[in-house]
Amino acid sequence: MAAFRPIANTRSATGIPTAKLAVWWLLVSEIVIFGGVLASYLMHRLGHPEWANYAVHTQTAIGATNTLVLLSSSLTAVLAHQAAQTGDGKKAAKFLLATIAGACLFLCFKAYEWHGEIEEGFVPWTNGFWAFYYTAAGIHASHVIVGAIIMAFVAKDAYAGRDLHRVENVGLYWHFVDLVWIFLFPLLYIAK
Amino acid sequence: MSAEATHDHGHDHGAGGGHHEHIHPPSHYVKIWGVLCVLLVVSVTGPMLGIKIITLITAFGIAFVKAGIVIKYFMHLDTEKPIIWYALITSVVFMVLFFAAVSPDVMKHEGTRWENVAAKAEVARGLAAGAEHGGGEHEPAPAAEVH
Repeated sequence: MAAFRPIANTRSATGIPTAKLAVWWLLVSEIVIFGGVLASYLMHRLGHPEWANYAVHTQTAIGATNTLVLLSSSLTAVLAHQAAQTGDGKKAAKFLLATIAGACLFLCFKAYEWHGEIEEGFVPWTNGFWAFYYTAAGIHASHVIVGAIIMAFVAKDAYAGRDLHRVENVGLYWHFVDLVWIFLFPLLYIAK
Repeated sequence: MSAEATHDHGHDHGAGGGHHEHIHPPSHYVKIWGVLCVLLVVSVTGPMLGIKIITLITAFGIAFVKAGIVIKYFMHLDTEKPIIWYALITSVVFMVLFFAAVSPDVMKHEGTRWENVAAKAEVARGLAAGAEHGGGEHEPAPAAEVH
């Protein structure tokens, strides 16, 4: 193992490890990104009563199933953190792999759902509702993909017992992805 | 290296997070997950009653409860240093301010000396089309026009 370690892993100017602080800063910027999309959607939804007619076509069962999938993946992410806290890198890696599996399942349901909707003619340029629907869910899905890729790298290191603090950091990101979906679900699937 | 790395970042005794981390058993998190699942069921079944206030409470009220549980028990934000709270709250406040400032333009389609013709036409077209096609018609919206 090289003696060199990145500053993010070794310095803590605020009392919080720099790497973890960076993740929180990332989430601060994500609040503006997702909060902006959700706030825009909400304002347009309240100003456009006709959107209720479009929203009836979203599939609540798939949305609810995906909520369950993400809640469960958040559980495995926090269990990975718990394993890392106890110094069990192998167990943490296994829980991270379970979280990645949850991400893949989420994306499979999402692909199936979008396939059906596109076949019915509901595409992003159909109207404002569908534009928001695909934009919000699309940005979220891209975060799911990115999170799964990062978790794969973290799991690889964790399995070897390296950089276990990253398990918590990637977990924070993943819980935020879950949080966004918790609000997207009622806005896009329940409010008919 | 592995043990050293773990100790470096304090996951065994809490120095890493700048706070005193308490290690909960896995069963603690499974219980939290169980509560979240129950809340999910309520948020799906509540709106089925078709009562607006129940829908608002069960769908959106419970979303905030679920979010609070994830933030507290999974992200452990309650034990983070205040600087994290300040950053997060600042972000939320500015986001709300920005959008509150433009909300009248988006949510209203006419005012004392202005009218959003395009938005009103879109509402009329959408309501006339009804739920039949889910807005599937592909007519281009009229250009934005403000008088």
